[in-house]
Amino acid sequence: MTDARAGRAQPASLQLRPPRHLVSPRAVLYWTVRAAMGWVVFLVAQVAFLVASQGDGLLGWHVAVLAATVVAAAAHLAVMPQWRYRVHRWEATPHAVYTQAGWFSQQRRIAPISRIQTVDTERGALEQLFRLSNVTVTTASAAGPLRIHGLDRDVAQGLVDDLSHAIEATRGDAT
Amino acid sequence: MSSLPDASGTARPAGADGWRRLDIRMLVVHPFRELLRLFPLLLGILVAGSSTGRGGLWGLLGAGIAVTLGVLRWFTTSYRVADERVQVRRGLLRRQLVSVSLDRVRTVDITASPLHRVLGLVRVNVGTGLSDRRREDALRLDGLSAADAYRLRDDVLRRHATPVAAAAAAPDAGTAATGAPAAALAVVAAPAAPEEELAAAPPGWARYGPFTLSGFLTVFFIAGFAWRIVSEAHLDVRRLERLTVGSANLGATPLWLDLIAVPLGVLLVVACASTIGYVLAFWGFRLVRREGGSLQVTRGLISTRATTIEERRLRGVEISEPLLLRLVRGARCIAIATGLRVGRGAERGGSLLLPPAPRAEAVRVAGAVLGTSEPVTAPLLRHGARAHRRRYTRVAIAWVVVTAILVALPRLLPLPPWTWEVSLVLVPVAAALAYDRYRGLGHALTGRFLVTSLGSLVRRRCVLAVDGIIGWNLEESFFQRRAGLATLVATTAAGRQRYAVQDVPLEDALRLADDALPELLAPFLVRGA
Repeated sequence: MTDARAGRAQPASLQLRPPRHLVSPRAVLYWTVRAAMGWVVFLVAQVAFLVASQGDGLLGWHVAVLAATVVAAAAHLAVMPQWRYRVHRWEATPHAVYTQAGWFSQQRRIAPISRIQTVDTERGALEQLFRLSNVTVTTASAAGPLRIHGLDRDVAQGLVDDLSHAIEATRGDAT
Repeated sequence: MSSLPDASGTARPAGADGWRRLDIRMLVVHPFRELLRLFPLLLGILVAGSSTGRGGLWGLLGAGIAVTLGVLRWFTTSYRVADERVQVRRGLLRRQLVSVSLDRVRTVDITASPLHRVLGLVRVNVGTGLSDRRREDALRLDGLSAADAYRLRDDVLRRHATPVAAAAAAPDAGTAATGAPAAALAVVAAPAAPEEELAAAPPGWARYGPFTLSGFLTVFFIAGFAWRIVSEAHLDVRRLERLTVGSANLGATPLWLDLIAVPLGVLLVVACASTIGYVLAFWGFRLVRREGGSLQVTRGLISTRATTIEERRLRGVEISEPLLLRLVRGARCIAIATGLRVGRGAERGGSLLLPPAPRAEAVRVAGAVLGTSEPVTAPLLRHGARAHRRRYTRVAIAWVVVTAILVALPRLLPLPPWTWEVSLVLVPVAAALAYDRYRGLGHALTGRFLVTSLGSLVRRRCVLAVDGIIGWNLEESFFQRRAGLATLVATTAAGRQRYAVQDVPLEDALRLADDALPELLAPFLVRGA
């Protein structure tokens, strides 16, 4: 066996550039609202627990945990949506679909058009409010659906049409 | 040598439009199986002299209904192969027709329990690789005669061999050697079909049995069975004299002796159970390549099994070495094929190409299946110092979590206060684990195969044909990005669905992906100076 790399990071001579297109700017607000809803449920549960267990002598602990939750929620809501907006990108060429997603952990996925099995769009109730769509591109592998979140509704429809045409041009059972 | 019931009988003629029924002998199978399932209950009734009241009565009633349903199944189930499709009809009130194109058939699995073997029946499972579990079960036919089953297999896999040649599942069908009830079957030595033997397990390989730990499950199962008998019969365990003597002794001897003796005893029992399990599952194991491009595995001592995998569905092989097996230089070999999910127990999934065996043999078989041994033996590219460091950090984090739990436990449970000291013992173990995990890490691209290796508790070397890769996932956590590492995942429709090259320097990952599928990545790559 040979060592591929020395310990130091060398100046990269080969890079994978990010996909060209950003998602809709409205996605930032959508991610904020969705995360806030989760935190609110969590906070309400804590307050309810605090009220219910009054007089157990642990009031200090309850308040401390509650305060910590509020701080964590604030930090998460301030950082996550912006960070995510910078990461989430997509690109479709006549030969491949390329997506980038995540924030703390990030994934980049590439699938050739010839291996695509289905292209779906879906909109949750909250996403409807923000006029956003998700596009999911599945392949024959259970490990590899490509998801593009927070697309403008019209952009999503255009993407689905483009991909459908591109897929029709290639044949095979895509395994 | 093991065998499935032989196909000496002639296949029955089909009914109208080619529809066939299950064999009439299957009517015996169901009542018998229900009786067997009720065995603990019946034993309880016999021993205790009275049933457990309502529960027992309901059990019997349930059994009666199950038997009736089994009988109805014979009348309502039929199947045929026609118009390039395999079709199964079933259901009394809710008629159901499952129809699958022959193009979609990946595997044919033929199994026979001891009861099946006595009756000359088999169970056929046609694997279609559909992810929906219910559809997966829909093409299972329980209770075909062996001749019908082989004929169905050949029809489905589109090889119209004569019934006799198709019986080659076990040309050396020395059934008598097993001493099993199947010895009662008339054995006809079928002329060997043109086939090439890739592997055959000698009885000596049973020595790898104790290192598979499958015995843990067996012991668990037997304990559960025994407990059911005891509870059904209302036996008071404490009144059993031997046990009382045993536990009294346990109290009398010094603690340190118990600490050594009890685990040793458990280990011995598990090792025995594992060996027995190995012999039951893999006795008479043979892997052959049949004419027309399929691999066929036959194995089993009492319950026998024949699995046929189409080679055009094969996308690679995996050599897996669980730690214990690795210590004695053993390994298993598993097929990576579309339509064969690996995750749910490799043996169960029918993708096993070689049971635990000498590592050299696993390498040889993998090479023979692939047609080239280079991917299995080629040296791997290591992932470098940063990947090495990451192994230690990750094990250290796991150690901190375990230590925290060990410190907290005595406060919550009545345990001796020295549990946290165990974590000190774990330090060298953790370090050794991290080192071994790094040593296992590597990748290579040889010819048209992507090779990736990882793991310590179970070390896997996966060889995946580049043609089988249907996309790349490049995963980078925050800490991986800081270290300049990435995990490159090749997605595929076969086997585990994802094969990861873990913690590889980003640039190496890109180069690997680009070399493997040159046209896919190129438009998105930026080549610097």
